[in-house]
Amino acid sequence: MARITGSAYTSHVPAMGVAMDLDKTEEDYWVPLFEGVKPAREWMADNTPDVVVLVFNDHANAFSLEMVPTFALGMGAEYSPADEGWGARPVPKVEGHPELSAHIAHSVIQQDFDLTMVHEIDVDHGCTVPLSMFFGQPEEWPCKVIPLLVNVVLYPIPSGKRCLELGKAIRRAIDTFDEDLDVQVWGTGGMSHQLQGPRGGLINAEFDHAFLEQMITDPEACAQIPHVDYVREAGSEGIEMVMWLIARGAMGDLHGGAEPIERHRLYHVPASNTAVGQLILEEG
Amino acid sequence: MAVDKPYTDIPGTTIFDTEQAAKGYWLNQMANSLKNAANRERFIADEDSYLDEWKMSEDQKQAVRDRDFNRMIELGGNIYYISKIRATEGWSYAAIVASMTDQSTEDHVAMMVAGGRSIEGNRYTNDPSDAPEGDS
Repeated sequence: MARITGSAYTSHVPAMGVAMDLDKTEEDYWVPLFEGVKPAREWMADNTPDVVVLVFNDHANAFSLEMVPTFALGMGAEYSPADEGWGARPVPKVEGHPELSAHIAHSVIQQDFDLTMVHEIDVDHGCTVPLSMFFGQPEEWPCKVIPLLVNVVLYPIPSGKRCLELGKAIRRAIDTFDEDLDVQVWGTGGMSHQLQGPRGGLINAEFDHAFLEQMITDPEACAQIPHVDYVREAGSEGIEMVMWLIARGAMGDLHGGAEPIERHRLYHVPASNTAVGQLILEEG
Repeated sequence: MAVDKPYTDIPGTTIFDTEQAAKGYWLNQMANSLKNAANRERFIADEDSYLDEWKMSEDQKQAVRDRDFNRMIELGGNIYYISKIRATEGWSYAAIVASMTDQSTEDHVAMMVAGGRSIEGNRYTNDPSDAPEGDS
């Protein structure tokens, strides 16, 4: 049977991808971040999953305003890195796992989540930057990836509670997949940042640290944080953190199992306009 | 019952909601089209003609020509869409964000390295002492 082996969390700031693509990670600006990610990469090398369910938001690349699905599940065999306006990142194609995607769709939709099934999309920095952060710069990604895209751009967006519950439903789906697979769920985006208007550049380290701590220790309470608190306290784009709750919901302690083991935690300001947070929780 | 919008009193911040999306639909769709390299070439070669292909308001077209990102947001633009306009000129996100504040890119980057813009005084518009830092 398939099993969840852990969950990982990271900001997906485009500039972190650019730093790797243009070989800038040894510049003073980037050294603290890329030194800081080393323990995560080591853990990932020792615990490489067969499949990652990678939760992120599209940034006007896979979708336009023509259609804005709240939760969209990638069903395809492969996904190309998107041209976001600056040209596509020079990173490998993302290989999907159509059988597990289909199983998740059947299971999760029958658990009353109305996922949109998407067969053909390009994946933007929301997907490829987390892969680069945790796996570095391989010729091919070391695992298959199922993209799960969440609308956090056009309000109304899903609540924290809905995200946590979706993560739980994904856990139940993976637990009932017959193939012998190690699966991780990754939650990406955040932490505090604002990319628009005169308040652009906002950072709230206190909020970010409190969010990290509460998401680990009391995810049910964390899921009650209203949207307006994220955007007021952590910036208009800080709302992306709500997606981390999907990954958290997939962990075994919320399904009668042991508490997760924290293997990595990083907080760094800045990457471009953004506070970078990372976390790895291993199944307890 | 009116839609509950608890996010309208955050200083220097426009939340992109259904109302903004309705206003900014064609502005955003025009900007979105620039993810295609051939469209970027046409936009760069003749911006006015390119803008005329879309059902944008004259105000929206002028805001694009002026590269006035705060005005574009007021007219319904969303940053992930309209940033593609500056992508045609190779701008970084740091430069794009700085252009919406009263900072130079250099000062903005320095502020970020120093920990970013503080939340203190930046939570509510209805507190007179609570305007965005450096916002006059």
